[in-house]
Amino acid sequence: MGLRGDAAVVGIAEYAPERHFAGEAKFTLEQWADLAALALDDAGIPASAVDGIVCANDVRESNMFLPATIAEYCGFAVDFAERVDLGGASAVGMVWRAAVAVELGICDVVVGALTARPVPEPPEPVPVDPRVMYGASSNLWGSPQAEFEIPYGNIAQNAGYAMIAQRYGAQFGYDPRATAKIAVDQRTNALANPAAIFHDQPITVDDVLDSRMIADPLHLLEIVMPCVGGGAFVVAGREHARRARERNAFVAGFGEHLTHKTHTYMPDLTSSPVGPAARQAFAMAGIGPSDVDVAELYDCYTITVLLSIEDSGFCAKGDGMRFVRDHDLTYAGDFPVNTHGGQLGFGQPGVAGGLSQVLEGVRQVRGDAGAHQVPGCDTAYVSGTGGIMSEQSALVLVAA
Amino acid sequence: MSPDPRFPRDSAELPKPRPERTPTSAPFWDALDAEQVRIQRCDACGAWVHYPRNRCPHCLSDRLAWHDVSGHGKVLTFTVARQPTARPFADEVPQLLAVIELDEGVRMTTTLVGVEPDEITVGMPVVPVFDHGTDGVTLLRFSPE
Repeated sequence: MGLRGDAAVVGIAEYAPERHFAGEAKFTLEQWADLAALALDDAGIPASAVDGIVCANDVRESNMFLPATIAEYCGFAVDFAERVDLGGASAVGMVWRAAVAVELGICDVVVGALTARPVPEPPEPVPVDPRVMYGASSNLWGSPQAEFEIPYGNIAQNAGYAMIAQRYGAQFGYDPRATAKIAVDQRTNALANPAAIFHDQPITVDDVLDSRMIADPLHLLEIVMPCVGGGAFVVAGREHARRARERNAFVAGFGEHLTHKTHTYMPDLTSSPVGPAARQAFAMAGIGPSDVDVAELYDCYTITVLLSIEDSGFCAKGDGMRFVRDHDLTYAGDFPVNTHGGQLGFGQPGVAGGLSQVLEGVRQVRGDAGAHQVPGCDTAYVSGTGGIMSEQSALVLVAA
Repeated sequence: MSPDPRFPRDSAELPKPRPERTPTSAPFWDALDAEQVRIQRCDACGAWVHYPRNRCPHCLSDRLAWHDVSGHGKVLTFTVARQPTARPFADEVPQLLAVIELDEGVRMTTTLVGVEPDEITVGMPVVPVFDHGTDGVTLLRFSPE
């Protein structure tokens, strides 16, 4: 089973996240085209060579037929067209699907983008769609969430992740200073990344613990800051990679796993779906967790990082708090995590937030991450998380 | 003039969301109206099922039958939401959100009543509380045994 490792992320583009966007509002289709052009420039590949696209749910001007709409808008004639619907796990899901398509010979050059900048205000008010009026929870009649979750206020992400953290504490013990340290170490990484929204604001463990309790046991500084931005990537085979640059990030393994939409029905609240995804990704790549040089772990909350460290196999189940206490998670440390600052320090530009982890993994493997580069980084592990640990994905990138 | 609900300026103008029973789920909601907890069990594999479905999520059989149960269970996990999870719930802060595991093993989302936030613990035994709304809908909440 698996990949030969012959497809690489040969081009990337990313807007620096912003909390207050001062630029020109553009439609998401326009943003998609802009980002695709930037990523193709980075790859040194002409737009005419694109024969595959992969998109997600962020394109707002249309609700369906998105790949066809994007292909037409950008002028791509494609033999591979995918739409990935995995929330924060979409970015990893998009990259591995692109790599599979290239390895199968379906196409040569796949472009994917995730847009997260403001769009122009419509001239007339648009009715609120019940499928999105409560974010990821559908309030349409017949939706299980409309009937059994939303009326009780079980809405959005904070409470769900808090309930997972609370359960973890009851089963394995909770060390608030350890989870706070995750946010602090990642902030240290953000301080070395000029693109991060928190690049100029250091924090301490006490700052995290003194920040407002949002949903017990999660403090404000353990929760991502929504912002705007966006990113894109180009996946292609060895010939394109060789022409693009000397050192590239090849997709060596991947996995994804889903069991539930609402955490209430998660088979085991403290055993996250990234476990099976990571095992598949590592097996496919022919390596183990100890071979990883950087771990770019989806971090909507500190508890997500903790569970991802355990379930990806970097330490035993229930040992995560000790692991975090005993290791330096900064780019200069012995177990570098979220070297760009993570979404906690970099910012979460919507569904493009998960792409920030993929793109940082690519930069680290290329060796051009700048001040937060981990020396001698040959292998990056990237995870993605959608919903309330509803869908999780894993990716192994190796240098070649 | 009250705002047009189709064009809320923001979610604060949305009415508090209420469940609307479906042909599949009606026996559950009807039972709550009569202060009874009623859930499905699969005649093919014996598994208890919640929320109501047309097929069993353990074996995909359609042989699901309704059974009255005690509604007793325990807190699997909880949180105290100190910032509203959505604007229409601002009046319920702090929201005592919980996942209950009934004695039969099924889980349900609820809010806890009759308990202070600092008294809630994982594993705490709970009993059902039938919260009859003025709109004819009964929500199933729980309080300590």
